Amino acid sequence: MTSLNFEAIFQSKIDDEVKIEPKDWMPDAYRKTLIRQISQHAHSEIVGMLPEGNWITRAPSLRRKLILLAKVQDEAGHGLYLYSAAETLGADRDDLVQQLLTGKAKYSSIFNYPTLNWADIGAIGWLVDGAAITNQVMLTRTSYGPYARAMVRICKEESFHQRQGYELMMAMAFGSPEQKAMAQDSLNRWWWPALMMFGPHDSDSPHSDQALKWKIKRKSNDELRQNFVDVTVPQAEYLGLTVPDPDLRWNEERGHYDFGKINWDEFWSVVKGNGPCNRQRIQARTKAYEDGAWVREAAMAHAEKKEQRKMQPEAASKAA
Amino acid sequence: MKKEWPLWEIFIRSKSGLNHKHVGSLHAADAEMALENARDLYTRRNEGVSIWVVESKHITASDPDDSDPLFEPARDKVYRHPTFYTVPDEVSHM
Amino acid sequence: MTKYLLQLADNALILGHRLGEWCGHAPEMELDMALTNIALDLTGQARSLYQRVAELEGLGKDEDDYAYLRDAWEFRNVLLVEQPNGDFAYTIVRQFIFDAYNYYLHRALTQSKDEWLAGFAAKSLKEITYHLRFSSEWMLRLGDGTEVSHAKLQAAIENLWNYTGELTKPNEVEQALTVQGICPNLTQLKTEIEAKMTEVLAAANVTAPVGAWMQSGGKDGSHSEHLGFILAEMQFLQRAYPGLEW
Repeated sequence: MTSLNFEAIFQSKIDDEVKIEPKDWMPDAYRKTLIRQISQHAHSEIVGMLPEGNWITRAPSLRRKLILLAKVQDEAGHGLYLYSAAETLGADRDDLVQQLLTGKAKYSSIFNYPTLNWADIGAIGWLVDGAAITNQVMLTRTSYGPYARAMVRICKEESFHQRQGYELMMAMAFGSPEQKAMAQDSLNRWWWPALMMFGPHDSDSPHSDQALKWKIKRKSNDELRQNFVDVTVPQAEYLGLTVPDPDLRWNEERGHYDFGKINWDEFWSVVKGNGPCNRQRIQARTKAYEDGAWVREAAMAHAEKKEQRKMQPEAASKAA
Repeated sequence: MKKEWPLWEIFIRSKSGLNHKHVGSLHAADAEMALENARDLYTRRNEGVSIWVVESKHITASDPDDSDPLFEPARDKVYRHPTFYTVPDEVSHM
Repeated sequence: MTKYLLQLADNALILGHRLGEWCGHAPEMELDMALTNIALDLTGQARSLYQRVAELEGLGKDEDDYAYLRDAWEFRNVLLVEQPNGDFAYTIVRQFIFDAYNYYLHRALTQSKDEWLAGFAAKSLKEITYHLRFSSEWMLRLGDGTEVSHAKLQAAIENLWNYTGELTKPNEVEQALTVQGICPNLTQLKTEIEAKMTEVLAAANVTAPVGAWMQSGGKDGSHSEHLGFILAEMQFLQRAYPGLEW
């Protein structure tokens, strides 16, 4: 069979909603796109632990502390599910992590913003996880089997994240004037970055068309962003908080909210490494990786010695 | 020495009476660690009562290119299925 | 009784807090999961214990009042658990010593004449059994692994060993409760705990310092300098904005 035939069969599977599985033939570009996207997604989960982890030791009640610990732990878990999916494509996790640490691979820019007050923990759950879920629900139907399955698992777990975030926002927004001020401050800082999470406008999104054709993505950036705004604005109203966008209004004709212009200069500047915390995030991950090297080596050395002792019980007992 | 912990495939029995089912993979230095990591990663929400771990390199998978010779021959053996046989409605318990 | 429950609760709370500091920074992502799981177990245990204290005291307090509104001198945790995370070897040694103690303690507490405490211990023992398994395995990995890991493990033992004495040296609260059959005789537990420690240390090929001076005081509210900083961080919001719901 020629590679053209392979490609035709591949595309017809995609068109028929048959999932692509690890050992199936796939175009190189499909594999590369997936590895890039899945690993970026995994990196985002792992880097995403940092802004929230920042508040674990300051969580203001035991209940909140347990919730936050469990949530940040889930993010480590999601990162691992996704690395696992990427590895089915022949990628090696350590290589992927290297790409993150050297700045070759990207992660979601949202995590380059700082968590400055406790309400940020609520805002992240409500807005950031909310935006992520919009994207991830679509990805449960993505064409690559292991990725889709990882997303199903992640989506199940993420809904706790968003709900705890909104519940936290409620406690703050309906609490004391100081708490309400924290909630508003936090919405002010997270709203626009959350909208940027969906990526550039469709007209400026280089990878979108092919990703849609391959059903890696199933909706465009702008569609997803609009969905998110439509469901989130009423939630903000319920909290009595003001969305920091003077141009935000309901458009009866479209049946959607119109919203103001996104500051794409800011977006690109953060992507290029100039967000408030880009350096700190990568430094923290690099430190964990480097400080952990001796631990990982020790575990491996022990495993090898154990294996050897099993193979040569006599030699080992003589040595002892 | 720079050496990554090897990859393990994880199988979970979600409750007594069901088969172990593949759920994904993880990295661990040895089998004990793989079991513990699997417990922390794949059974955080009560998803399991038993775990199998197998180092990924020990798995042999069939090649999708062989799927015709492997699986097609079973497709036309309809006589292996009960629906192939007609039994009158009056005859029950069959 | 409440003083004793606070000892148990504070141990769990403070060690859980320390483990929480690792979250996002562990030597491998799988270890982020593992350490956080132990932190969750411990924090959950602390929560149950504070709730029980609140119930017994009947002063209208809740669990958070104990965690967030007491000062360092009112905390009754042992000195060991408030020691900083240090490197991973420190964390593992601290965890292993505590787990070995905590395991035999809770196993004995399942026989407590206090029904609530016996029930609590039975439930917690399942978690603690796993903690001990986890930390013992890591003692072995680090001890047997590489020269570097062995040296780090040995150093951690030497630096933390003087916090082991306090664990099995009964204070007045414990002595009184032992007489009532509510808490076990620590002097008797000591043999089992030390046997476990000796076994694991030997397997890990490391040695405990002989005749080391033993620090104590934590159980009676006399702490190391570290606790004040833990509380400053942990209690910040509750102290800065008193009386609010979070």
